[in-house]
Amino acid sequence: MPVKSREEIVFQILINTFLVVFLLIILVPMWRVIMMSVTPLGYAAEDTSFGMLIPPWKWSLEAYNQLLTHPNFINAVWNSVQITVLGTSLSLFLTVPLAYVLSIKTLPGRGILINFILLTYLFSAGMIPTFLVVHELGLTDHLAAVFVPVAIGVYNVLLMKGFFEGLPVELEEAARLDGASELQVLIQVILPLSKPILLTIGLFYGVFYWNEFFYPILYLNDNSLMPLPVLLRNILMASSLNEYVESDAFSAAPIQSLKAAGVFITMLPMVAVYPFIQRYFTKGTLTGSVKQ
Amino acid sequence: MKKSGFGRSYYIQQDKTVTEKTTILPAAVPVIGMEIPWRERLRRLWRAVWRHRWLYIIVIPSITFFIVFKYWPLFNAQIAFKDFKPVLGVVGSPWVGFKHLEAFFNSYYFSRLIGNTLFFSIAGLILGMPTAIILAVALYETRFNMIRSIVQTGAYIPHFLSWVIMFGVLLTMLSPSEGLVNEIIKATGGKSISFLTSPKYFRWVAIFSNIWKETGWSTILYYAALMGIEQSLFEAASVDGASRLQRIWHISLPGILPVIMIVTLLRLGHILDAGFNEIFVLYSVPVYSVADIIDTWVYRAGILEFKYSLATAVGMFKGVIGLVLLVVSNELAKRWARTSLY
Repeated sequence: MPVKSREEIVFQILINTFLVVFLLIILVPMWRVIMMSVTPLGYAAEDTSFGMLIPPWKWSLEAYNQLLTHPNFINAVWNSVQITVLGTSLSLFLTVPLAYVLSIKTLPGRGILINFILLTYLFSAGMIPTFLVVHELGLTDHLAAVFVPVAIGVYNVLLMKGFFEGLPVELEEAARLDGASELQVLIQVILPLSKPILLTIGLFYGVFYWNEFFYPILYLNDNSLMPLPVLLRNILMASSLNEYVESDAFSAAPIQSLKAAGVFITMLPMVAVYPFIQRYFTKGTLTGSVKQ
Repeated sequence: MKKSGFGRSYYIQQDKTVTEKTTILPAAVPVIGMEIPWRERLRRLWRAVWRHRWLYIIVIPSITFFIVFKYWPLFNAQIAFKDFKPVLGVVGSPWVGFKHLEAFFNSYYFSRLIGNTLFFSIAGLILGMPTAIILAVALYETRFNMIRSIVQTGAYIPHFLSWVIMFGVLLTMLSPSEGLVNEIIKATGGKSISFLTSPKYFRWVAIFSNIWKETGWSTILYYAALMGIEQSLFEAASVDGASRLQRIWHISLPGILPVIMIVTLLRLGHILDAGFNEIFVLYSVPVYSVADIIDTWVYRAGILEFKYSLATAVGMFKGVIGLVLLVVSNELAKRWARTSLY
C-alpha cells in the first residue's frame, strides 16, 4: 500500500462521510417508525417529533398489544402467511423444472420453448384481459387468485437458468452414466448444488407475495380475505382510531403509534429473514445475470 | 480428466473411464449434414426426444401456466377492438375496429398519461442512476471494510419493503401533523406542507422515495463491474502519478460503462412501466393530474368504471410501444455492449 498522501486522506474522509450520510438517510426514517410505535398516549401530541428520534422517556408496547389481539389484524396476518407460503411453494415448483429444462442445451425444442416464454416477457396483454381470465376460471374471491396467476416470474426463471448453466456439465453426465434418470439428476445432483439460487429466488418470490397489495384489491372483494398490506394501508389512511379499531375508542395507544406498529410488524419478516439470506442472494443474483 | 473446480465433484472421480465412455454417447444435437436422409434424422430426433422424455413431462405444469395466464389473455385482448359486454362474452361481443384507440388518442388524458409516465421514468433514470453509480464507486473506494459492509447491508433493505410500508415510512417523515420534515419546517418558522396530496410536490416525493428505496439495490451490478476491473490498471495509473479522481474518471467509469449502458437500455425498454405499485399506493384524487400513469388509469377505467374495451385498448397500446422499445433497445445493446438484455 503506497504512503497515504494528503489527497488520499481528504478523499477517504469525503467518501466515507458520503457513505455514512447515505446510511443515515436510509436508517433514520425506519428508526423513527420504530420509535413512534412505542410512544405512549399523550406523548406524541404534546411533544415535537424531534424527541422521537431518540427513545421516548416513557415507552409502551400498547400499540403492538392492540394490533396483535385484534381479530381483523390476526386474520390479515394469517392471510398473508398463507399467500406467502403457498405462493412461494407453487412458484418454486413451477420455476425450478422450467429453468432446469431450459438449461439443457441438447434438448430438442429448447429454442421454441425459450421463445414461447420470452414472448410473454416482451408483450403482455395487460391487466384487463388477465382479469377476465381469472374471472372466467372462477378464481375471484379465492386466495389462489392472488398467487396462481403470477406464479412464474420470467426474470427469475432466467436467473435460475443462468445458474444451472454455470454448473459443471461433467456432474450431470457422470450421474447419467451411472444410470440416473433425468429426474434423479435434477433431484439428487443439481438441487443439492443449487442452494444459493434456490434461497435467492425463494426470497424474491417470498418478498413479492408478502408485499402483494394490488392483486388482492383487484381479485378479492371479500374483506376477510385481505392480506396484511391492504389492512395496513387502511390503517394508514385512517384519520382517527375509531375507523379501523372500532371497539377500542378508549385506546391507550395513539393512532400514530398504531400506524407505526403496523408498519413495523409488516416489515418484520423481511428484516428478520434478510441477514440469513443476504450472503446468498448477492452471489445468486450475480452468477445468474452477469454473462461470462 | 479435466478438473471441474467444484468442491463436490466426486461423481467424476468415482469412475476413471468416464471420459472414454462420454465419446461413445450418441450426439444429442441434430447432426448437420446433407448426406443423412430425413428418415434417419427423424429417427435421431425421436431418440433424443425420447431420451429427454422426463424433462418434457416436468415442464408441463409450467407450460400450462403460460398458456392459461399469458396466452389466453392475449386471446382476450381482442376486446380492444370490440364493444365488450360481459353477457356476450369475449367472442360474442361485436367488432368495432379502432373506435376505442381513437377515443383514447383524442381524449384530454392521452397527453396527460403519456406525460406523467415519461416524466416518472426519465426523471427517475436521470436522478437515480448517477446516485447509484456514485454510491457504488464510494463503496469500492473506501478503505474501511466495516463501513462498506454495514452500508451495503443497510442500503439493500428498502428494496425488500413494499410500497405500502414505504407509504407508512413516508407518512412519519412527510405527514403534515407529525412528519419529521414538517416538524423541521414548523420549527424554523414555516408552514407545514402536505407533500403527498399537493400537486406541486407529489412527483418529486414519488421520484425521491423511489431513489431512496432502490439506489442501494441497484449498486449491486455496478459494484460487481468495479470488482471486475484489472487491479494492475489502477496500479499503473498510480505509478504514473494519477490522482484518485483521475483514476475514477479514467479507469473505474470506463470500466463499468458497458453495465451503465445495459442498465440504461433496459430502463428505456421499460420506460412505459413507471412504477404502478408505487403510484397506486401513494396517489390520491387531488394529485391525479400529476400522478396518473397509464397503468393506474387502465385500472380505474377498466375495473372501477367497467370500460373493459377502452382500458384494454390503452393497455394494448402500451404493450405494443413497450414491445418496440424493448426490441430496439436489445438491438442497441447487442451492437454497443455486445450483450443481450433478454
